[in-house]
Amino acid sequence: MENTDPESTPDPTIDKNSNWALPVDKLVVSNISPDALNLNVNGRQLAGPMQGFGQLWQKTYQVRLSGVVVTPEEVIRIWKANFEQFWPPGNKFFGPFTSISPGEIAVLNLAMPGGLKLSTGVMVIYADEVSFTFMCPEGHIFGAWITFSAFEEDNATVAQVQALVRANDPIYELSLRLGIGHRIEDRFWLYTLRSLSEHFGVQGFPQHHVSLIDPRMQWSNARNIWLNAGVRSVLAAPVHGVRQAYRRFMRNRQ
Amino acid sequence: MAKSNVSLNVRKIDNNIQAIDIAGEINSFAENALMDAYSSISASGARVILLNFSKLEYMNSSGIGLLVTMLIRASRQKQRIMAYGLNDHYRQIFELTRLNEAIIIFPNEGTAIEAAKK
Repeated sequence: MENTDPESTPDPTIDKNSNWALPVDKLVVSNISPDALNLNVNGRQLAGPMQGFGQLWQKTYQVRLSGVVVTPEEVIRIWKANFEQFWPPGNKFFGPFTSISPGEIAVLNLAMPGGLKLSTGVMVIYADEVSFTFMCPEGHIFGAWITFSAFEEDNATVAQVQALVRANDPIYELSLRLGIGHRIEDRFWLYTLRSLSEHFGVQGFPQHHVSLIDPRMQWSNARNIWLNAGVRSVLAAPVHGVRQAYRRFMRNRQ
Repeated sequence: MAKSNVSLNVRKIDNNIQAIDIAGEINSFAENALMDAYSSISASGARVILLNFSKLEYMNSSGIGLLVTMLIRASRQKQRIMAYGLNDHYRQIFELTRLNEAIIIFPNEGTAIEAAKK
């Protein structure tokens, strides 16, 4: 007898025997909140540092959880379960899951200057007890792998965000060269780590270190500009605003 | 605190080609060993580096990052990096991360050396 129970159908992006996700040809978004501006993820490929356009940076943000006894495993468990909670206000993480597992895909609505929202996403490509890693879709600000981890060092647990990033296209690269992009990125993760440390009762002082790994541009990837999520989000904003207003109207009528 | 659990053996194929036999785990703790192996190959003047993954036991996402860093360094020196000995699991990881678009994968050392000599 054929089993038609959809709950038992294995997700093709998840390898249950591994901490790694399985390869995907195109991202497929499902079960996302209707409140999300859901753009620039469905149908996109993943884009790592090799697929970006601009200079390649390694950015490491750390906070020491001094004075509290908490294991790296506990830090990551809490971080996975409450991921969006530690983000700066105005930034949203829409995932179909309650925790973070390999193969899961989330839509991000990121606060941009001028009150606009940039819609993009991430896929969890790796997760174990002490770390998890996101990879970004085409059109995201970065072609990137971003790893969140915790480890013991000098009798304290350290929480870390480490990003290996290239601006995905010339527009994003320009924002980095002007300092705007770097400043936004640094503030985002320093805020996140400060919030995380406060969750554990620690007044943490996050530090960050930046290394320029490759100063060269990958000019052949300049065409990534056609998928720029920022531009596409701005163009879609009026329609999304109308949709949101209509949903609120209908909810209020009930 | 976890320590490095990787063993790297640098092996000369010919004047232009050298191999790194990787055994154990590639993670953040393997950085110094991997970069030292790469530096020794560069100092010898080799133009092609073959990564032998046949005895790789585990690689996490930090390990993939190390490979990218080494790839960038090699690219700047106009060197090529090729890989062989990946089982299906690690081939999928290369495909997932799209590292297979930057590092060509071969089924075995013979085919890798043949391609390296072209």
